[in-house]
Amino acid sequence: MSAGAVGRAYPRLEGPAKVTGTARYAVEYPVDGVSYGWAVPSAVVRGRITRVDTAQALASPGVLAVLHHGNAPRLTPGPQTELWLLQEPAVHYRGQYVAVVVATSLEAAREGARLVHIDYDTGPHSTVLTDDHPGLYKPDHVNPSYPTDTAEGDFDAGYAAAPVRVDATYRTPAYHNNPMEPHATTAQWRDGRLLVHDSNQGASSVQATLAELFALPAESVRVVAQHVGGGFGSKGYAKAAVVLAALAARHVDRPVKLALTRQQLFGPIGYRTPTIQRVRLAADTDGRLTAICHDAISQTSTIQEFAEQTAVYTRSMYAAPHRRTTHRLVRLDVPTPFWMRAPGECPGAYALESAMDELAVAAGIDPVELRIRNDTDVDPDQGRAFTSRNLVACLREGAQRFGWAGRDPSPRSRRDGRWLIGTGVAGSSYPARSRPSSATATARPDGSFLVQVNATDIGTGARTAMWQVAADALGVPPERVEIRIGDSALPTAPVAGGSMGTSSWSWAVIRAAQALREKLRDGGPPTGEVTAEADTTEEVGGQPALPRYAYGAQFVEVRVDADTGEVRLNRMLGVFAAGRVVNPTTARSQLIGGMTMGLSMALHEEGLLDERYGDWVNHDLATYHITGCADVESIEAYWLDERDDELNPAGVKGIGEIGIVGAAAAVANAVHHATGVRVRELPIRLDKLIGLSDLA
Amino acid sequence: MKAFRYHRPANVAEAVAVLAAEPQAAYLGGGTNLVDLMKLGVQRPDVLVDVTRLPLDTVEELPDGGLRIGATVRNSDLAAHPVVRRAYPVLARALLAAASGQLRNMATTGGNLLQRTRCVYFQDTGKACNKREPGSGCAALHGQNRDLAVLDWSEQCVATHPSDLAVALAALDTVVEVHEADGPRDIPIAEFYRSPGTHPERETTVARGALITAVRLPPLPAARRSTYLKVRDRASFAFAAGSVAAVLDLDGDVVRDVRLAYGAVAHRPWRAYRAEEALRGRPFSPELAARAADAELAEARPLRHNGFKLPLTRAITVRALTELASS
Ligand SMILES: Cc1cc2nc3c(=O)[nH]c(=O)nc-3n(C[C@H](O)[C@H](O)[C@H](O)COP(=O)(O)OP(=O)(O)OC[C@H]3O[C@@H](n4cnc5c(N)ncnc54)[C@H](O)[C@@H]3O)c2cc1C
Ligand code: SF4
Repeated sequence: MSAGAVGRAYPRLEGPAKVTGTARYAVEYPVDGVSYGWAVPSAVVRGRITRVDTAQALASPGVLAVLHHGNAPRLTPGPQTELWLLQEPAVHYRGQYVAVVVATSLEAAREGARLVHIDYDTGPHSTVLTDDHPGLYKPDHVNPSYPTDTAEGDFDAGYAAAPVRVDATYRTPAYHNNPMEPHATTAQWRDGRLLVHDSNQGASSVQATLAELFALPAESVRVVAQHVGGGFGSKGYAKAAVVLAALAARHVDRPVKLALTRQQLFGPIGYRTPTIQRVRLAADTDGRLTAICHDAISQTSTIQEFAEQTAVYTRSMYAAPHRRTTHRLVRLDVPTPFWMRAPGECPGAYALESAMDELAVAAGIDPVELRIRNDTDVDPDQGRAFTSRNLVACLREGAQRFGWAGRDPSPRSRRDGRWLIGTGVAGSSYPARSRPSSATATARPDGSFLVQVNATDIGTGARTAMWQVAADALGVPPERVEIRIGDSALPTAPVAGGSMGTSSWSWAVIRAAQALREKLRDGGPPTGEVTAEADTTEEVGGQPALPRYAYGAQFVEVRVDADTGEVRLNRMLGVFAAGRVVNPTTARSQLIGGMTMGLSMALHEEGLLDERYGDWVNHDLATYHITGCADVESIEAYWLDERDDELNPAGVKGIGEIGIVGAAAAVANAVHHATGVRVRELPIRLDKLIGLSDLA
Repeated sequence: MKAFRYHRPANVAEAVAVLAAEPQAAYLGGGTNLVDLMKLGVQRPDVLVDVTRLPLDTVEELPDGGLRIGATVRNSDLAAHPVVRRAYPVLARALLAAASGQLRNMATTGGNLLQRTRCVYFQDTGKACNKREPGSGCAALHGQNRDLAVLDWSEQCVATHPSDLAVALAALDTVVEVHEADGPRDIPIAEFYRSPGTHPERETTVARGALITAVRLPPLPAARRSTYLKVRDRASFAFAAGSVAAVLDLDGDVVRDVRLAYGAVAHRPWRAYRAEEALRGRPFSPELAARAADAELAEARPLRHNGFKLPLTRAITVRALTELASS
């Protein structure tokens, strides 16, 4: 690729449209004769609907219809049982959608929803994850297709024989994705064809799911997702809102807009599963790891298995001769957990990188140095060399920029008035993968180019990045390129997820551009439009299975109020090695966004479940606290120049998730350094630290 | 959402008359609490009587040296008022520690005092709550109650009053001026709020339909040395995990007068009379402040998740008073 647009800090192409309010989100498209849907959640945890009384709702002004399992259009069963909505009387968790009220205004639909009376037969339920739950079982595999357990060497013997050992159990609560734009859809049926403007992370995948559910050929379903107000994984597949809107629009035979409320995001859209993680580490007196074991417990629902790959991070991060990882699940009467930024790696790294800190303390070795000593060029899991691994370089550069040298390792060694000050570090890693994609590139007679790929820009800057990649691949200045994304009518492409969007889409874009240049090579300037297509299915599928990872190092300084236990972040600094960076402006936002979300996980967020009701009771942003700007006094992200030719044509590793991995551990480790208190259950709130001084 | 009518009264008498005639009417201030609760179905008025155009939006210095604050003065304006900042810093600080800039621009003095509890069960019509639906039970008593009361709660309700402003006003011995169907009335703030008892749905001692027209701060020169300390779970935009409003008047090192009120501990802003008693007339020291807080909290009954509020309240009492003593 010629040096050109890639690597330059272009502002987002749609920035002006967004700040002037002309960029349209899913329910902002003007539609004639539109009506409004309101999703009705079940009021019980587990049971069966015995009666739905819609009379009062239907009599309420403006209400057009009430859909429920007794009258809703039929769906074709598919693998995602969570989407089997309004089809049967069974209720599997509290908050599951059991009806939709459609009305001529949003307010009328909401009022109608209150007037739908549903009777249930209920049974006993279980909604709390424990490490001795009788329902614990071993799933066949963990997400997406990793082995459930792994073992090499003899962990028990290795652990027993070691001079330095750590055995600690870490707990994380349920975390809830709260993108600014909720799951929202405008659905319209025309002549048996379905058009949805939907807030999702992958219009091609939503198209396929809707086609399957409504038994339609794919070309009869069009999904438009031009601008998406965040997703963090929660919009990775079709979710309830789009299915309910499509069902409702078909039932009332008019367009329907349906958006979930903030409260409704807490549960049915998926959430990060709570975890209970026991980590055991053993090392020789030099801190060289001899045995590693990570046992992870998480939850799934009774209707769909979701097996968070919590301990997978531990398989490849540090080397040791004796290693074991296990995953166990419990099926609870809860909504199915789902993706949240770095599923698996994020909670897993919290536990492992915390345990590494405990090991550093136990062995009396600096925690940066401990990680450097346990670096490995060969993936301990696959036994093959990493295509590139710059963990140590990240640690070194981070330590230098942060001013780590000379740190007094003893807890409570720094104080500024009432504030106890501490610093912490953690490693970070995230797989660099690609999925098959397709794209087209078109040369126009006026010398401009059109590049089309059904990528999704969930606020990340993906549109701008693809435009830069396309320009370089075409060998023209980006001003001559028009990029189109966010529509299932465009060439099929995978979701914006798993940090695979940029690598996958750019691969197809580059191949399409190359094919177009090939076509244009012989003739002069085209008289009509010339288009070339690319589909990377074969090429991606044929790529050798090598361990490809991005790495990072997270550094944090906190201060803890000795009297009240309040924890505040002084500064946070991350250094990452993630292949080529396409756009420094948008890359920086991704990295500091991930780091901030990790801070939020460490200090603030917690879904509070009430076992009696079986749902999270703090379901709004006034009571479910997310880190705010005032909590982030200083945050910096840097990246190393990294070239890895074994990745993909653009040489990128993906940066959407690496920023969150390890961040919570770095915060927790800093809190320990500040206070001497090791809080192993997130979030680290003041009530877990109060009592440090004699005042309290 | 229930359809409602909107009424803009020409004067106070008309506003009060509408509420007297309409059993399901409610006053609308900034709407930052009421409208949220209406969307959630927690409050379902037929008529909203918008009081924000009534001539109640001024801050007036009184001949006796006190201050009258109109009920519709916005929280932001009040916090920025030069007299408030100079003579009652505790009030300005309490206001600025609350909510967010946008909310404070909308929120009114009257609405702030009458905002409802943030108990999560109160805000969810799918859960049992005596305050929302008398007789349905109190889900919080044995539920998620980290944010709730440690003092003066009843089996029927363990909610806290969420306002920061009200805590400062409680410390300042504020008088609440209301207009009821039979005319105006003054109520000391200490008598304005109720304990939950067996009727948590009744939050104040005024009749339904009473309009707050103003709050009146008595002259209190000592309030120039006053502060509000609030501890919360994140750096901004969160309700208090604990808070204290404090006024300290020292004669040498002897406490001549002191006013203390706590937030986040009870169904009403909690005036800490016992702590004041323990401090008054004695030479000030942080240890004395700690003992005073202990005296106040001696009868506290923490719930399952909120025991931390006792050491927290004690710590901020000591800190607030020590800061004032050395200022
Ligand atoms: C996300 C969020 C965070 C917040 N954080 C904080 C915080 O940290 N600290 C804090 O103290 N507050 C906080 N608040 C609450 C905020 O302060 C209140 O919502 C606000 O003060 C209410 O004022 P208002 O004028 O908008 O009241 P409204 O919502 O208009 O009314 C509230 C109640 O008062 C009644 N009412 C209004 N005016 C009068 C009157 N003159 N006479 C009689 N009755 C009247 C209404 O009928 C209603 O019952 C927060 C609110 C939100 C939404
Ligand atoms: S504490 Fe009060 S407001 Fe909360 S549930 Fe109980 S009765 Fe309702």
